[in-house]
Amino acid sequence: MKIFTDLIHTLGMTFKDVAPVLVLLLFFQFAILRKPLPDWRRMAFGFACVIVGLALFLDGLETALFPIGRLMATQLSAPQFVFGTETAPAQADWYAYAWVYLFGALIGFATTIAEPALIAVSFKAQEVSRGGLHQWGLRLAVAFGVSAGIALGTFRIVTGTPLYAYIIAGYVLVVIQTVFAPREIIPLAYDSGGVTTSTVTVPLVAALGLGLSETVPGRNPALDGFGLIAFASVFPIMSVMGYAQIAQALAKRRRRPSKES
Amino acid sequence: MKSPALRNNWFALLKMFGLHIVGACRDLAPVVLVTVFFQLVVLGQPFPDFLDLVVGLLMVVLGLALFVLGLEIGLFPIGEAMAEAFARKGSLFWLLTFGFGIGFSTTIAEPALIAVAREASVVAAMGQYIPSDPEAMASYAFGLRLTVALSVGIAILTGLIRILKGWPVQYLIIGGYLFVILLTFFAPEEIIGIAYDSGGVTTSTVTVPLVTALGVGLAASIRGRNPLLDGFGLIAFASLLPIGFVMIYGMAVYG
Repeated sequence: MKIFTDLIHTLGMTFKDVAPVLVLLLFFQFAILRKPLPDWRRMAFGFACVIVGLALFLDGLETALFPIGRLMATQLSAPQFVFGTETAPAQADWYAYAWVYLFGALIGFATTIAEPALIAVSFKAQEVSRGGLHQWGLRLAVAFGVSAGIALGTFRIVTGTPLYAYIIAGYVLVVIQTVFAPREIIPLAYDSGGVTTSTVTVPLVAALGLGLSETVPGRNPALDGFGLIAFASVFPIMSVMGYAQIAQALAKRRRRPSKES
Repeated sequence: MKSPALRNNWFALLKMFGLHIVGACRDLAPVVLVTVFFQLVVLGQPFPDFLDLVVGLLMVVLGLALFVLGLEIGLFPIGEAMAEAFARKGSLFWLLTFGFGIGFSTTIAEPALIAVAREASVVAAMGQYIPSDPEAMASYAFGLRLTVALSVGIAILTGLIRILKGWPVQYLIIGGYLFVILLTFFAPEEIIGIAYDSGGVTTSTVTVPLVTALGVGLAASIRGRNPLLDGFGLIAFASLLPIGFVMIYGMAVYG
């Protein structure tokens, strides 16, 4: 029974989130554009599907996965698990947290594959490129990027190195890659940075960051707890451009022998 | 008279939905596998409430499938139809107003942003940058939300102008990065993490498809624009601009 009342509540919340968009769409449709959309009944049904689907999705995550995932993030960084003692030693070696890095990498990958916004963008990319870009290629490339980003981000929290050093190095790499990457991938690669971190990834990753910065000796949650999302937004840009560069190189190689024959 | 066509229509929708259910199971398999592996193997604990897990997962699968179906027949067509209608109407002012409105209105109410802003106000009060009474903290958090929402609105607006003009996205984005890096040296240390995170949380699950469809639809309906090259990139602006704006907000508040 509680599940149903929760669902009604989430449905209301989702509707409240979507309401501004709906109002804006309706206002522009009726006051400015003043032309009925083709097949508007189907579109309205689709919009309703989005709201109900999102509510079910969020509520299901909150029922099944988020509580365990959050608990896991705290437990994996707790001194009892890492060192087997009640309190952490004053000086902790970075490799003591190996499970945390692995968890960060795997959960980053897995939540990215389940991210609805990324499904939307890669679906559109495949459609627009007329199959030249496969949606799974893009999604896997982004997921690998997030995975590497979270792993490195947790390493940063454990070692206490400054966030901006990593992010700036990341941006410099992105700029260099931009010069060499195929032109068509660039806007998409930049977009994927913002798309990846949304409904599924943020709650789990934020819990991991805060849990770590609270338990690793010498870390301040206020300073070190934030920033994991930033890692998860920069790395996919690199991995998507890298994916396109590799695909291009492979295509060139494949073309060459066929020319000779 | 139109009932056979209608029935066909429903049947096609049902078939699409079935495919999306299969897709949703595949999309969710990794998260479930990772969670189960860490819970049972690494931490060596049983699942506290098995029934909750099963019911919750069923809801997640159903929800994701419905969402993707809604994308296909709802959000994408709406975004594209609006873009096309704006292009046909040829009113730059209303297009830009619409873009700004979408960016601003979806961000100001974004739950993830509300959470981050609240967190940030606690941090600022702990560091004694602002008085730690609830009123000052609430006004700080609201100021932060307003800053981010404004920056997302301006970002979408700028991105739309870029599509219309056909500017290459990389010059603007790289310019933006350089600006953000430069700001990082001057911004107070406490705001940097929050600023970089706020870039990631602004773009919600409903905004992304709508804005993507708007950009792609606009690029498709203007002659000489390539949807792949010019249509994407709006989200990139919406994730970059808030970083800079939040750092400026931090510098203004922290002094």
